Amino acid sequence: MKRRSHIKTGMLAATAMAVAISTAHGADTLTIAGLGGKLQDDLTATLFAPAAEKAGVELRGQSHDGLAGVRVQVQSGSPGWDVAHLGAEDCAIGAGEGLFEPIDYQVVDADGIAESARGENWVGTNTYSVVLAWRTDKYGDNPPKDWKDFWDVEAFPGRRALSVYPQEMMEIALLGDGVAREDVYPLDTERSLAALEKIKPHIGVWWSSGAQSAQLIKDGEVDMEAIWGSRVAGVIADGAPVAFTYQDGVIGFGCVAVLKGSKNVEAAQKLIANIVSPEIQARIPTMMSYYGPANRKAFEVKEFPADVIAQSNASPENAGRQIVMQPNWWAEHNQDVREDYKNLMIE
Amino acid sequence: MTMAIDLKGGAAPATLNERLLKRHDRRERTALSLLTAPGALLILVVLILPIGWLFWLSFFDASGEPTLANYARMLRPVYVKTFISTFQVAGLVTAACVLLGYPVAYLLSQLSERTAGILMIFVILPFWTSVLVRTYAWLVILQRTGLINTWLTGAGIIEEPMPLVHNLLGTVIGMVHVMLPFLILPLYASMRAIDPVLMRAAANCGATPAQAFRQVFLPLSLPGLAAGIGLVFVLCLGFFVTPALLGGGRVAMWAMQIADNIAVYGNWGAASALGVVLLAVTALILVVLRRIFKVDTFGGAR
Repeated sequence: MKRRSHIKTGMLAATAMAVAISTAHGADTLTIAGLGGKLQDDLTATLFAPAAEKAGVELRGQSHDGLAGVRVQVQSGSPGWDVAHLGAEDCAIGAGEGLFEPIDYQVVDADGIAESARGENWVGTNTYSVVLAWRTDKYGDNPPKDWKDFWDVEAFPGRRALSVYPQEMMEIALLGDGVAREDVYPLDTERSLAALEKIKPHIGVWWSSGAQSAQLIKDGEVDMEAIWGSRVAGVIADGAPVAFTYQDGVIGFGCVAVLKGSKNVEAAQKLIANIVSPEIQARIPTMMSYYGPANRKAFEVKEFPADVIAQSNASPENAGRQIVMQPNWWAEHNQDVREDYKNLMIE
Repeated sequence: MTMAIDLKGGAAPATLNERLLKRHDRRERTALSLLTAPGALLILVVLILPIGWLFWLSFFDASGEPTLANYARMLRPVYVKTFISTFQVAGLVTAACVLLGYPVAYLLSQLSERTAGILMIFVILPFWTSVLVRTYAWLVILQRTGLINTWLTGAGIIEEPMPLVHNLLGTVIGMVHVMLPFLILPLYASMRAIDPVLMRAAANCGATPAQAFRQVFLPLSLPGLAAGIGLVFVLCLGFFVTPALLGGGRVAMWAMQIADNIAVYGNWGAASALGVVLLAVTALILVVLRRIFKVDTFGGAR
């Protein structure tokens, strides 16, 4: 019965399945829920499955639609998931709402993980970047270099796109308005909204999903935009005349947390300890291009080929040109900022 | 049995019959309404109770304290703007559906059943495709590098691509496509039910075709039109996918605001308050519509 139900789930990559079956005898069964799609497949193959094998637990995959789904699971009193993978700002918000068990940092070695990439109840698992991408057929030899150029509509005419969600966009607006990278936090929301107000007439589309942002630049519906590095990489691989820069990019985190009420807290801690261990984190640069490890010690584990280092958003060289998103700031200000941002967008 | 009583005659056969008939009638009605019980029970359990529960929740905050904050929040500009634009979009789409749908339904009602049946396939066809697919198809047609714009710029008719999508216009076009069958179907049914003899009678009485249409056909088709308008308008109020994809972030609908509130606020009350307000205003509009058309907006004359 147990066996049948996890075969039915069909969410895991083949590797995870092999792991689950090979360790099925007497092991704890953990259910991990992520945002689904290719990202979850990649995370499972790169992090979750090998971590489960090392921790000696059986793993099942499920998908959720964000924090709201996690909330429902916890409120039910007996969550069907043990661990959730989310965006770090959602982890921080959920932690504030008391949805998660504390992370046992005796078990989880977070030495190489930045303070801003973990909390009492959650820990970062991977990084992603929001970057500036543009059409090479539009800008040729003189492309925009950073967000200041994105805001310079005279030197760089053309239609632009930003996300409908304020996370990362508020940071980008400050950089575009001339704020230095180290001064972005705490966000000056008034200045940021004023900068967005300035660029608004030139925003052709506010995109609401990663797939949409990729389609916009691929079809030339917009000439430059803020987009996830992994998404624009796919567009470039498809042969579209598009390029991007890590300059002034915003590094965000994916994270894991243990749902309050989980019956496998101990096994979950072991799983998480392995997910964030430098050895398993070191799989990210080669297996998930344009994503990076949350544990910076991953780069000390082994030598990476030069092209992998050049691509990874979290390699020391690329990370140095970007800012790091602070999930805790967003956990505190999300409600108000989100409404102000939407108000600006729909006017 | 009634016959037997009748034959026996007597002083009060009429009252006796009447009583029996009445009892029979009542029993039959009870039996029939019992038949609806499973359906009614289902509606009670899956619709009335949850909605009642949401009403109740809307008066509490995340910690379970009674509060009106969920309603007070709706006075903020973003909610007011979204509310207004929801009804604007629904109104625009409904109006466009009436303008496009009435002639189609009229044409179909005047054709032979067979021809109308074949043409009806084209009206219903969109139902067989997912809303998401249709919405993306409109994107391919309407965007700046889409079919219409590349053709018009290629032919030298326009220099700059027209902004046909990622705005209100694109949203309305996409929604009209989805909604049109909901207007045409009830309208067509009510037009079919109009006796063609009435039009001939009007002609006999000296009415021109235009007069006959205006004074006889149009009023008789109004119940169907009202049903279609009610249906389209109410469905539009809950739209989510089409405006999210074709509105380019600028068109905010109430349903999107509800989804946003569920994601952002840690309590169901915040979102359910929005649902309560939408339900109340929609009910109000249907009542007003009913007054205007003097008919039941959900089908049939009063």
